[in-house]
Amino acid sequence: MKDATIQMPPQASTVAPHIDNLYYFIFWGCTFFFLLIVGFSLYFVIRYRRTKAERMEKAFHNTPLEITWTVIPTILVMIVFVWGFRGYMDLSVAPGNAIEYYVTGKKWLWEVTDPNGAVSINEMTVPLNQPVKIILRSQDLIHSFFVPAFRVKQDAIPNRYNTLWFEATMPGDFDILCTEYCGSGHSGMLGKVHVLTPEKWAEYQKATGGRPATVPLEDWGAKLYASKACITCHSLDGSKKTGPTFKGVFGHPVTFKDGTTAVADENYLRHSIQEPGAQVVAGFDPVMPVFAGSLSDDDIDALVAFIKKQQ
Amino acid sequence: MATQILDAHRPASVSYLDAARGWKSWAYTLDHKRIGVMYLISVSLALLIGGLFAMLIRIELFTPGKTIMTADTYNKVFTLHGIIMVFLFIIPSIPAALGNFFLPIMIGAKDVAFPRLNIASYYLWVTGAIFTLTAILVNGIDTGWTFYTPYSVDTHTSVIWMGLGVFILGFSSIFTGLNFLVTMHKLRMPGLGWFDMPLFLWAIYGTALIQVLATPVIGITTLLLVAERTMHIGIFDPALGGDPVLFQHFFWFYSHPAVYIMILPGMGIISEIITTFARRHVFGYRFIAFSSIAIAVLGFLVWGHHMFVSGQSEVATMVFSFLTFFVAIPSAIKVFNWTTTMYRGQIALDTPMLYALSFLFLFSIGGLTGIFLGALSVDVHLTDTYFVVAHFHYVMMGGTVMAFLAGLHYWWPKMTGRMYNEKLGRIGAVMVFVGFNVTFLTQFVLGSRGMPRRYYDYLPQYERLHQMSSYGAWLLGAAFLLMTIYFIQSLRSGAKAPDNPWGSLGFEWRTPSPPPVENYETPPDLSIGPYDYGKVYGKPDPAEAKA
Repeated sequence: MKDATIQMPPQASTVAPHIDNLYYFIFWGCTFFFLLIVGFSLYFVIRYRRTKAERMEKAFHNTPLEITWTVIPTILVMIVFVWGFRGYMDLSVAPGNAIEYYVTGKKWLWEVTDPNGAVSINEMTVPLNQPVKIILRSQDLIHSFFVPAFRVKQDAIPNRYNTLWFEATMPGDFDILCTEYCGSGHSGMLGKVHVLTPEKWAEYQKATGGRPATVPLEDWGAKLYASKACITCHSLDGSKKTGPTFKGVFGHPVTFKDGTTAVADENYLRHSIQEPGAQVVAGFDPVMPVFAGSLSDDDIDALVAFIKKQQ
Repeated sequence: MATQILDAHRPASVSYLDAARGWKSWAYTLDHKRIGVMYLISVSLALLIGGLFAMLIRIELFTPGKTIMTADTYNKVFTLHGIIMVFLFIIPSIPAALGNFFLPIMIGAKDVAFPRLNIASYYLWVTGAIFTLTAILVNGIDTGWTFYTPYSVDTHTSVIWMGLGVFILGFSSIFTGLNFLVTMHKLRMPGLGWFDMPLFLWAIYGTALIQVLATPVIGITTLLLVAERTMHIGIFDPALGGDPVLFQHFFWFYSHPAVYIMILPGMGIISEIITTFARRHVFGYRFIAFSSIAIAVLGFLVWGHHMFVSGQSEVATMVFSFLTFFVAIPSAIKVFNWTTTMYRGQIALDTPMLYALSFLFLFSIGGLTGIFLGALSVDVHLTDTYFVVAHFHYVMMGGTVMAFLAGLHYWWPKMTGRMYNEKLGRIGAVMVFVGFNVTFLTQFVLGSRGMPRRYYDYLPQYERLHQMSSYGAWLLGAAFLLMTIYFIQSLRSGAKAPDNPWGSLGFEWRTPSPPPVENYETPPDLSIGPYDYGKVYGKPDPAEAKA
């Protein structure tokens, strides 16, 4: 557990210190050899600058020297190879007591399914000092799940599961970044890992069962609007983003790509959230992920109530 | 004998530039020197256009969020920067432009083995460039230069035009490689053995091997991609049951060896320039020669190191990491040999040598940072971040482009018959060196702190480093502007170049500047090899003097 340095983000997982040790071993080894090469070059350039008085030796060769500078670097890189491979195996094999999360990459958000079945978007809440295994896949393109503070990264690939694991050693919020180029929203495909103490995490798991009875639908919808990342593509102020604005949409006619029109009522909104590709509004691309199955009926009711209010 | 090589006043002859006039004498030419010059002009234009895209990228990244363009435009701009630099500039740059001009001269031949294939290769390059231009004008392209599926199957941009362009450019590259291989085997002047050849040619030989063996794979891969998009054959697209990772294997099976297509010729140039300006026999000729071939062969076995986090098996990952470290060794040997070559030399710091020294400095950083990426556990953190961007720019630009500029300044008098302004040349070299380091050293730090590559927008903690990087890029841009100005000035009013302005022993300096159509009036004297500086400049050896 260590704060950020000039070269590295904070060390917030069990593997981070090991990876950083190898990083700095290579860093100082390379610095040494680099200074050696540059030092000799500079010395030769200054010492043997061409002058009027010319001196010259015959051609020379030195096989022992050649062998020395072949063998020493070879030994050093073999050390780096073994060290790196062992670290990689540690990253590949999750401990048996790891708790499992399912993460799906979609254009352009991360959908996280907690062990209790609760689904959140771009937010992942995990306990401190507990191995966490992520079973990773993609719904559309190749994405890559990267948490710099944990030093873990793995590609999310359609039709295939990849896994990664980490054990957080520092409470706090850490960035999730997508590191496989995936088009317009690539640099906005961000999330946060929230690391909580085990007690707080247990409370959180209990509380994330859905909308508490005391919260009105619109308010819950406003929360979902942000947490499910609708906000990335749909504005509330009438401006055009990747998707149509929510402002004034309810109760007004909408023109689709195929030229047909319909009035946006509750059924239209519900259908467009669940199966966005079925009716695409003219002027936009069919890029929104499918939410059928990942939002409960109550959540959809809440979002519809929220959108209705945006007039 | 020695004075004959250094004599700057050979009898006047008709140069290849004056032998014929009019545009047809260029368009239909079979002279390898003219084809080399046409390539040189073409790839230089590609370099300037690719550089312009780089400037746009650095302006956009000056602030987080939108600076001058939308995300979709940015994605097209960084893609075009990569595609133009890789396929239209770096791959053909040194072999097809400088290699074409100097390979036959260096082996004492009148031309390459197949002059018609040579001009065909040039026009294929032009055709490939037209396809690229068409892709830019029709919708642009936004897949990144790597064309990864399924994104390249999914996007609305001109993947088909660009894929066919890469296919055609591949044939241009294969033809050049094939031509050079046959030329070196068949047309060496009598008495010139393999180990008497300048090291530039060993590097070109290794390059040509890769061009002929690896390029067909990228051709097949782009055709499959085009077929996937047009006929939905279901090989790469997961929606049709295909495997998108298969594309990555195919792509890197070419594109990793292609990295050595890009760097090997540059290494060859450095061997020529360091010996010339240090007036020293190259240290370890055979080690340098064989390391070129070793790099060419080992380069085929490491493609999987681009995919350490794609979910390939642990065994494959281990093997690729292991082999990757072995490909580092021949490059290290070269660097040590070049450095030692300068020991007890007579070093002059003319513009080409400044670029060669920049190469040594920058390529060393490029090579050493490769060790970070080859180490598996560290690579998991660094891959697909700016660390990788900085690493390959140190190799491709700090290596190949520095070597290209070194070679361009070194051979400019021979090719054009004119000198350029040496003072501006040196100022330009210093500007390039400083600008380059400011631009890309910062990117190593961005990357190790976690900044992913190909990001239009970024988190606020990365802003200051991005701004520094942009300042460096603008200094680089200014340096290239300066270079363009003094090269044009040299063509219009530069002093007439002597035959051998650097006092080099390379065979190409033993013929007039610019050379006649037949390359030599009298064949070069082979009793003094291209690196026998001791024989020409040295004090007479007491033992030899007695004899």
